[in-house]
Amino acid sequence: MSKVLLKVNNLKKYFPIRTGMFARVTGHVKAVDDVSFEVYEGETLGIVGESGCGKSTTGRTIMRLTEPTEGKIEFDGTDLTDLSNEDMRKIRREIQMVFQDPYASLNPRHTIEKILEEPLIVHGMGDGAERKKKVMEYLKIVGLSEYHAKRYPHQFSGGQRQRVGIARALMTNPKLIIADEPVSALDVSIQAQVLNLMKQLQEDLKLTYIFIAHDLGVVRHISDRVGVMYLGRMVELATSESLYDKPLHPYTQALLSAVPIPDPEFQGDQMLLTGDIPSPSNPPSGCTFHTRCPFATEECKQKAPNLREIKPGHSVACHLYNDQ
Amino acid sequence: MTRKVLLDVKGLETTFFTDDGAVQAVDNIHFDVHEGEILGIVGESGCGKSVTSLSIMGLVPSPPGKITNGEILLEGKDLTKLTDKQMRAVRGKDVAMIFQEPMTSLNPLFTIGNQLVEAIRIHNKSWSKKQAIARAIEIMKLVGLPRSEELINEYPHQLSGGMRQRVMIAMALVCDPKVLIADEPTTALDVTIQAQILKLMKDLNERLNTAILLITHDLGVVAETCERVVVMYAGQVVEEAPVKEIFKNPQHPYTQGLIQSVPDMRYKKDSLFSIPGNVPKPGSIKTGCRFAARCQYVTERCTAETPALFELSSTHKSRCFLVEEGIKQ
Repeated sequence: MSKVLLKVNNLKKYFPIRTGMFARVTGHVKAVDDVSFEVYEGETLGIVGESGCGKSTTGRTIMRLTEPTEGKIEFDGTDLTDLSNEDMRKIRREIQMVFQDPYASLNPRHTIEKILEEPLIVHGMGDGAERKKKVMEYLKIVGLSEYHAKRYPHQFSGGQRQRVGIARALMTNPKLIIADEPVSALDVSIQAQVLNLMKQLQEDLKLTYIFIAHDLGVVRHISDRVGVMYLGRMVELATSESLYDKPLHPYTQALLSAVPIPDPEFQGDQMLLTGDIPSPSNPPSGCTFHTRCPFATEECKQKAPNLREIKPGHSVACHLYNDQ
Repeated sequence: MTRKVLLDVKGLETTFFTDDGAVQAVDNIHFDVHEGEILGIVGESGCGKSVTSLSIMGLVPSPPGKITNGEILLEGKDLTKLTDKQMRAVRGKDVAMIFQEPMTSLNPLFTIGNQLVEAIRIHNKSWSKKQAIARAIEIMKLVGLPRSEELINEYPHQLSGGMRQRVMIAMALVCDPKVLIADEPTTALDVTIQAQILKLMKDLNERLNTAILLITHDLGVVAETCERVVVMYAGQVVEEAPVKEIFKNPQHPYTQGLIQSVPDMRYKKDSLFSIPGNVPKPGSIKTGCRFAARCQYVTERCTAETPALFELSSTHKSRCFLVEEGIKQ
């Protein structure tokens, strides 16, 4: 087993709800509620879930773009939660992020060259000539050409812009890339290009990815291990094969069976969930999934299950597997 | 299957007159929708699938857009020839539409009941408010909205995304339309909610025999719900076939590429097939096959001549010279 690069322990992020004239805190949105996982060097950990499950907040909290409420984030032996802002800024050289919307995350008034050079300036890497050379090199690595350097973001298509976003993340030679829905704004044919590029880069540059997405097909394609989140909690974490072939948590089972398969001959048993996702500001007691779970018992309503390893490489948070 | 043709789109051409000249967003497309079927239109952004649906509804923003050619026949009546007033009588009654983002299509200032009653009374002027409310509750139950008696007094923001889309479907169905056009109805929804809405649409199609024109970019959704599929690329129909045929035996290189580039959740592949290049801007390609620049089988003929939609069989058509040459041999 390769070395642990990132270790997240009991991570919590509660956003206060303020109401009234004096903005009193009247409650909390538990966006991330006691999540723990590890990321090994060189692997891709996929995080899936529906909107509001806390997958994006998890990614942002690891980079401390939003401050965690509680918990410990250990990256390469350093505890990120203890670092001062300045030290954290330095360590972001090692952890970079790729965002969903390449339209919104590139400054429209800067040329691509300037956008790509900026992280190098921020982290004081190289002199002018070296930086320019590196910009050209990385443009080529992500499949663009040198003449693109002088252009502005609006002159690019969505797929090309996402390539720029990836190049920018790579400029500082990071170890870990957190990609938050990097392909969901793209058309299918372009999505495949970007996924293939990300896989290729991982191999060539020995990168580690945390890949956050809602598309289960995409996540299976790119991930070695996958974590499923529901209402701020990690309900299942397993190797990609194990999770997709034999999902254990009822939510994962329902989620997988809800995905339309691009094959009209396919006859799968659909497990249709009733109702909507409850509000994270007022989550159900016990197991947060019990309101929609077809197998819920009295125990599920009262006691929240912990994420436990049921078999090697497959953990699940569900009372159904208490005996195993 | 010899079901009656309900909606017949013939040679539709919708042009947008912009500052940079006329752009044909939809260029000479033909397809028909049979009674009680679900027809899918798939394509990527900019292929003209949404403009097609807006053209049928008479909702193309004008100016700059205009239907410049072709006919849209609904049971023999040409919708393109109708006046605005006549079209208003058709819209909502004979053809209804649901959109991608239910929040932006519902008025946030009126209650759900208010908006449903408005839709009902526009087309049934003699109905009393009481009758209309009774009908609204009936239709809300039909689309599976719980506690409909209370819900009619609530506002759109009080509902979840899935419930809002159910309200949209209810609103589209209040006058028993013959054709329901659904433009990306589940794209903004989570997969578990998407599954509920797709099941609802299939149920309604079976129970009420409403024909559905489902516009989507998601091949999974198509495989699960549609009987026949029309594939669009750069404003043209490039392939048309029954759904099983499209997935098993796609003939156009674009359709083939599209199907192969979808990551299938059931298997893991080392590398996905990807179509090189980008979707061309509408109106940028004047001569030849519009897919030629991205096609792996491209020949000289493809850039010089424009292929027609060749018939492989009575139900399968493809716009590719390879198909034509295949037929000749």
